[in-house]
Amino acid sequence: MRAGRAEYCVIACAEAWRGAGEILASPMGLIPSLGARLARLTFAPDLLLTDGEALLVRPDGTPEGWLPYRQHLELVAGGRRHVMMGASQLDRYGNQNISCIGDWERPRRQLLGVRGAPLNTLNNPTSYWVPRHSRRVFVERVDLVCGVGYDRAAGLGAAARFHRIVRVVTDLGVLDFATPDHSMRLVSVHPGVSVEQVREATGFPLAVPDEVPCTREPGAAELRLIREVLDPDGARSREVPEGAGG
Amino acid sequence: MGDKTMTAEEVVSRLASGMTLGIGGWGSRRKPMALVRALLRSGIGDLTVVSYGGPDVGMLAAAGRIRKLVTAFVTLDSVPLEPHYRAARERGGFELTEVDEGMFQWGLRAAAQRLPFLPVRAGIGSDVMRVNPELRTVTSPYADGETFTAMPALRLDAALVHVNRADRLGNGQCLGPDPYFDDLFCEAADAAYVSCERIVDTAELTKAAAPQSLLLKRLAVTGVVEAPEGAHFTSCAPEYGRDEEFQRLYTATPWPEFTGRFLGGDEAGYRTAVREWRKGRER
Repeated sequence: MRAGRAEYCVIACAEAWRGAGEILASPMGLIPSLGARLARLTFAPDLLLTDGEALLVRPDGTPEGWLPYRQHLELVAGGRRHVMMGASQLDRYGNQNISCIGDWERPRRQLLGVRGAPLNTLNNPTSYWVPRHSRRVFVERVDLVCGVGYDRAAGLGAAARFHRIVRVVTDLGVLDFATPDHSMRLVSVHPGVSVEQVREATGFPLAVPDEVPCTREPGAAELRLIREVLDPDGARSREVPEGAGG
Repeated sequence: MGDKTMTAEEVVSRLASGMTLGIGGWGSRRKPMALVRALLRSGIGDLTVVSYGGPDVGMLAAAGRIRKLVTAFVTLDSVPLEPHYRAARERGGFELTEVDEGMFQWGLRAAAQRLPFLPVRAGIGSDVMRVNPELRTVTSPYADGETFTAMPALRLDAALVHVNRADRLGNGQCLGPDPYFDDLFCEAADAAYVSCERIVDTAELTKAAAPQSLLLKRLAVTGVVEAPEGAHFTSCAPEYGRDEEFQRLYTATPWPEFTGRFLGGDEAGYRTAVREWRKGRER
């Protein structure tokens, strides 16, 4: 079985929760949700998942707990959670913007608002999912810092002791911040994507090791789960079409 | 013990321009829309609105009733961006205090507990501090010495919420899985007005539902309004889901046209207009 681009994305998202233990996985968006459920069904069986509303559910939807939004926010403060958020803009230190484009006083384009990003990033591990890796998203400076990046966290002292950005998954590859100054680094490219393509789609200089591996192959059992159990209708390919970014 | 039942019009008659108004629910979920519609029919404006924003904010913004908004987001959930809110922001339509979802909750808690602020590990490091220069930090007096955002109390002149059931005394019941923050809104307010799907006898409340569903205590409730489908077009679990088709109509219809077609009359007129629209679609 050959894996498609969207399936590499699902695998790369799932890997964010490897070794996370008995915590809440909070994926935002379709492919991160498939990733979290895949992780839960395979290598991270202790993960907790929500139905997107007030219930904690098993991957088959069976409720196993109650988590209304008020408790969810308090759980964030308690730290037993790893969230994967979206990002309208993201800079080289992982500062994220989902609020607005342009001047905040009178934005060119109003987006969602800061939502829970300031709380998330200072209290539990955070990852990001970007379905279309482009210079519009990966920018030199974000217009409004919602999710706190490493450069800003460095100035916060003890208040940043729980700050950690684990990874950024895009339709082109996987990135992290494992460099001496915590600037963004290319970790892997999905098969069919070149390092040059990622560089070209990124609006700031990216740390790139000499050898950039491909994102790991999904196992046969993982592919079967994605295709037959988690997403039989193939919604994933509508979020990330085959040959994306090409 | 007083009977607190009243009409939506009586609720609005107790509100005034310039007030700080908290609105319960979350996004496009269990919003007190019948009360918002009554507010829209009144001339009340110049409001400071405190809300996890949905179409409540969108409509009040479209109608020009908001002077200042306090929020963490405005969304219709299945439609991520609220079109009227977006338009209002992009034309600089009102002042905005944009805080994090957690900061917002901590602010309501502080108000409910009569504290000036509560410390929260959120905001600092982000541009929430830049765009809200009035926000202060506080340093732990203990050995850890950590610095937090001192989230100020979100004290409200009045709160509007919608629940499934209430008795005439103001005991409010939430039968859906998520109470959102409605009890906090009521406790943070000088006066709290609760609309509900159905007013029932007190004994009826716990006949088929667990006592944990009794979300609102009458000591924190000023008025009770019976408003069937009072959350429409937002959801009111378990009684009805979001009216997605109608929400799409709302997002696609210019505001003056929407107002003329659906908000021209009273709440009964609204329900009739929605029924007519639904019939028209089925033909």
